[in-house]
Amino acid sequence: MKKLIALMLVLVLVLSLGACAKTETGTIKIGVLSPTSGAGSVHGVPVKQAAELAANEINAAGGINGQMIEIIAYDTKGDATEAVNAYNKLKDEDQVVAIVGGTYSGATLGFKPLAVADNMPVLSPTATNPEVTLDAPNVFRACYTDAYQGSVCATFAMENLGSVQPGVLYNKDDAYSEGLADSFIAACQAAGVEPVVEAYAAEDKDFSSQLSNLDAAGVDVLFVPHYPDTVGPILTQVKNMGLDFICMGGDGWDGIQENYAAEAEGFYFANHYSQDDPSEIVQNFIANYTAAYGETPNALGALAYDAVYMMANAIAAAGSTDSDAIITALAATSYDGVTGHIQFDANGDPIKSIAMIKVVDGKLTLDSKVAAK
Amino acid sequence: MENFIQQLIFALRIGSIYAVIAIGYTMVYGIIKLINFAHGEIMVFGSYFSFLLASSGLNFIWVLLISMGLTAILGMVMEKVAYAPLRKAPRLSALITAIGMSFLLQNIMLLIFKSEPKRMPELISMTPFEVGGVLIDPITIITVGLSVLFMIILQIFIKNTKPGKAMRAVSQDTNVAALMGINVNRIITLTFAIGSALGALGGILYSLMISQIYPTMGIMPGLKAFVAAVLGGIGIMPGAMLGGFIIGAVETFTKAYLSSSWSDGIVFLILVIILLFKPAGLLGKNRKDKV
Repeated sequence: MKKLIALMLVLVLVLSLGACAKTETGTIKIGVLSPTSGAGSVHGVPVKQAAELAANEINAAGGINGQMIEIIAYDTKGDATEAVNAYNKLKDEDQVVAIVGGTYSGATLGFKPLAVADNMPVLSPTATNPEVTLDAPNVFRACYTDAYQGSVCATFAMENLGSVQPGVLYNKDDAYSEGLADSFIAACQAAGVEPVVEAYAAEDKDFSSQLSNLDAAGVDVLFVPHYPDTVGPILTQVKNMGLDFICMGGDGWDGIQENYAAEAEGFYFANHYSQDDPSEIVQNFIANYTAAYGETPNALGALAYDAVYMMANAIAAAGSTDSDAIITALAATSYDGVTGHIQFDANGDPIKSIAMIKVVDGKLTLDSKVAAK
Repeated sequence: MENFIQQLIFALRIGSIYAVIAIGYTMVYGIIKLINFAHGEIMVFGSYFSFLLASSGLNFIWVLLISMGLTAILGMVMEKVAYAPLRKAPRLSALITAIGMSFLLQNIMLLIFKSEPKRMPELISMTPFEVGGVLIDPITIITVGLSVLFMIILQIFIKNTKPGKAMRAVSQDTNVAALMGINVNRIITLTFAIGSALGALGGILYSLMISQIYPTMGIMPGLKAFVAAVLGGIGIMPGAMLGGFIIGAVETFTKAYLSSSWSDGIVFLILVIILLFKPAGLLGKNRKDKV
């Protein structure tokens, strides 16, 4: 009896060793870089969790051509130097075949030169800075850039809302606001429409002069690209002055319904995805994420989830873990994800549809998905 | 043309707010020759009082009066604690103390109310109505109306009542006023109370206008009201009102017809020009000090 137990123990030991050895050689390692501690953790933790969720789902469905994915996630603390260290560790110690990251533009730009030199396939889920994908054939991103967002908003204003005289009210002291405004204006002009443009300074709290000018110029749709703390008072003044603009904004509006639901009622903004999008992939993602982590995923999580799927598909299509093959396959991506249909342009920036959200009864509802022109 | 009238109304609205705040600067300066830099923060305290009272369900008039009363008490306490001990000290010491008070009050508010802007409750109906093709919102009417009303009450108070006369006497010559049996300390306290209450009025109207409230919101209106007081002639009550309306007009029309980037710059340029060419202000008389 004792011998039998000993034999069984030995067998268990050997088998588990064998299993160990098998995973050591058999997994495909994908690195994830995101800030999971400090102030950036609100953005970084969902990225890591959504990436792991995607990997688990892919593994449960049989992995990539039978091989399992292993996610190795490191904390960048949102810092470029930390990101470089983490990148080196992923490449040298863990020998990952590809990287999904970084989360912030600053951290991504930090390790980008190394990644370009190593020809490492990189897909950043959320870095919006234009520099990230420039002069780097191996670097891609899943989110749209600010410039792209601005031009899609212009298309939406003119075609979906039927605007004949769009207007823009932007914060001239803020790069995000100005960037969106610039691309919105450029897209209108390209369509032969000259928008009425008014600006305000960061300290300005009284927007009535600008709003009155916009009204006098006959504006029908007003593009206000900024965050709720500024957009809220602007919408309140629009309402108090009795102006009949249709207002709209970019992804910075997310959360406007919390304090300014009545003022934002019936208005639109662009976002990466909509939680009440009825499509199956979105609802499955939200259900699985909520089941796994007990909270609803934000837009960054959705982008990271899509990024891991796209990377896995590219590795599967390449049929090997060779960098060049993965990069070629990634460039040819055509993927329907949580954040819309994604293809990459020559830079590695996504050409994707944008979810236009409408505030209805104080809730965010998906109005339409606007594709790029 | 309609747009011009609309802009003129906005100029009146912001101008009357500046005028009400500027009176606080000018009254205190008139009495004790102190530029009370904490006045902007007093104004914000006034709007926070109304913010807290508004959630208790009181109606607008009561919210306004109680907030003004509380702010007047705050102003008197500030005077007793920070300025009264420095009555005989050099004027520079009092000025530095005023700057210190400004930071102290601001940080107390940051501690209590936190830095993120809060939504100001709608105390009055916000539905705009049309007059001759121009849309006017009730805030504009109430702002201009209340400011002018309180300025008139203040004028009557100063011209026709005993404490008002005493106030004028103290501002002309403190020592002689004391010899005539006027309790100078009481008059100074009264001045701070009235100035702070008007500051609270300005703050409440300002936060209703911008629909937000946050601890550092007093800085810009405070500075502009100060410019308004200097422009009209600091220490002279009608000067503060005139200055307030001029600054409001300059700011609004620069925003509307030049560029929003320039509006603050031009307001402060006016301060420089006034100090260079007419240091006593528009309504001030250049008085040579007799040796």
